[in-house]
Amino acid sequence: MNRLSVELSGVRLKNPVIPASGTFGFGQEFAAYYDLNILGSISFKGTTGEARFGNPTPRIAECPAGMLNSVGLQNPGAEQVVAHELPALRSLYGGPIIANISGFSVEEYVRCVELLTREEQVEILEINISCPNVRHGGMAFGTDPAAAAEITRAVKAVATKPVYMKLSPNVTDIVAIAKACEDAGADGLSLINTLLGMRIDLSRRRPVLANSVGGYSGPGIFPVALRMVWQVTGAVSIPVIGMGGVSTARDVIEMMMAGAKAVQVGAANLVDPMACPKIIAALPEEMDRLVIRTLSEITRV
Amino acid sequence: MECVVLDNAPLTEAVFLLRVAANTAAFTRPGQFVQIAVPGFYLRRPISVCDWQEGELTLVIKALGQGTARLRTVRAGETLDLLPALGNGFDTALLGDEPLLAGGGVGLPPLLGLARRLLAEGKRPRLLAGFNTASEVFLLDRFEALGLPVTLTTADGSAGIRGLVTDALSGLRFDSLAACGPLPMLKALHTAVKDVPALYSLEERMGCGFGACMGCSLETKHGPKRVCKEGPVFTGEELMWE
Repeated sequence: MNRLSVELSGVRLKNPVIPASGTFGFGQEFAAYYDLNILGSISFKGTTGEARFGNPTPRIAECPAGMLNSVGLQNPGAEQVVAHELPALRSLYGGPIIANISGFSVEEYVRCVELLTREEQVEILEINISCPNVRHGGMAFGTDPAAAAEITRAVKAVATKPVYMKLSPNVTDIVAIAKACEDAGADGLSLINTLLGMRIDLSRRRPVLANSVGGYSGPGIFPVALRMVWQVTGAVSIPVIGMGGVSTARDVIEMMMAGAKAVQVGAANLVDPMACPKIIAALPEEMDRLVIRTLSEITRV
Repeated sequence: MECVVLDNAPLTEAVFLLRVAANTAAFTRPGQFVQIAVPGFYLRRPISVCDWQEGELTLVIKALGQGTARLRTVRAGETLDLLPALGNGFDTALLGDEPLLAGGGVGLPPLLGLARRLLAEGKRPRLLAGFNTASEVFLLDRFEALGLPVTLTTADGSAGIRGLVTDALSGLRFDSLAACGPLPMLKALHTAVKDVPALYSLEERMGCGFGACMGCSLETKHGPKRVCKEGPVFTGEELMWE
């Protein structure tokens, strides 16, 4: 029996550890460090209808216990992803793949989902309505329950795979957004995306980021993420993938005790390319210490 | 990769030379860099490799921010965690028999390893180094020890030729260029040498340093590139220079 195995909407994962979108590209860079097949799943780089360069640089800033990014959804576009990135990822990884999809209009989300839902290796669609780094899209859809529901319904109408809506923490009441997505037919939820933040270069007296503001990720946001996962899982009955600052096996277990069914690891991959394998390797020993037989038996506190 | 610090010596008020024991098998070209984990800071710091030999890396670092200032305090015997052999480095096949190596300030260090590689290939490199002022000059003795002709400029004229590196170009004979330094210097060099084959090593704020986060992307004539992965060395032809 696999003690680490978990399930998301009928998709079996050998363990709950999933590299988070935007911190893992399409896997290539990490395959130089380890065999990707140890991973529970992979959420690939946020994909839009057209190719995007993203925001001007600098688009990285350091924080206590984390970092800001204002990348702005750089990606080669959905058609290129289907033609090149996905086949390349499939040659490295045989497990279930999560397609992370973003857009600037309902039509763009729908077009991307139509393209990616057909791909056999894509088993879950993660719809990003929470990117803080783009105007007129991304987070705009994730901060209003009616807009979040509209995207959910539109995507569900064309999706042939489970749809997980990725939620923003930059809202007054994340539970209201989560419920709106559930009511609109979402199969699950992913939370949280990054927290909007800012740093100023003191000697230059201007923002570090060319975009002025960006998304805060890393261990500093873990308590916020945990709280939101716990609140949302108390209010919805669909599965939740928990993320936000997860860096250790203990964080994974804590996130699952907050109600998450699986966990994504983001910024930790960027400071240590071996973060995910280290977390997976440490899980059994941590479970022994806590007298947890299987991860799937963990219940929300 | 855990590496033991062999020694840490100041070269100027701000610049210091770290030698660390390291497995150097992965390094293929001068101009590659390492990502150093700095105790107490979240992100690693990208530092170009000055030079390496079997089992040993030489890093020359300028204390510019809090992270690099912390690195200045590490002592022999301490360990540092670093990701080795990142980036493309200088492709010496793109340089001619008489390359000019142009370095500005803390852009100078990777040119030392490049000089040694070029000499080993039978080429005849020369160095053009630019600094703000005489007290900030470092590393020139090592280039001279390799036998390179060295031309020095300082902005205030306190050592060598007064002015910028581009003010000293006219008297120098070269058939190609490899440059590392602040972007305005690289742009001025590009304008001055236009048709000469040239390689430029760029800087950018990085997240991961190994191509995952897309933090350091750059628009080029051949589409977006990552300074950390497809770079940090780019040809003069592919850069936009806008």
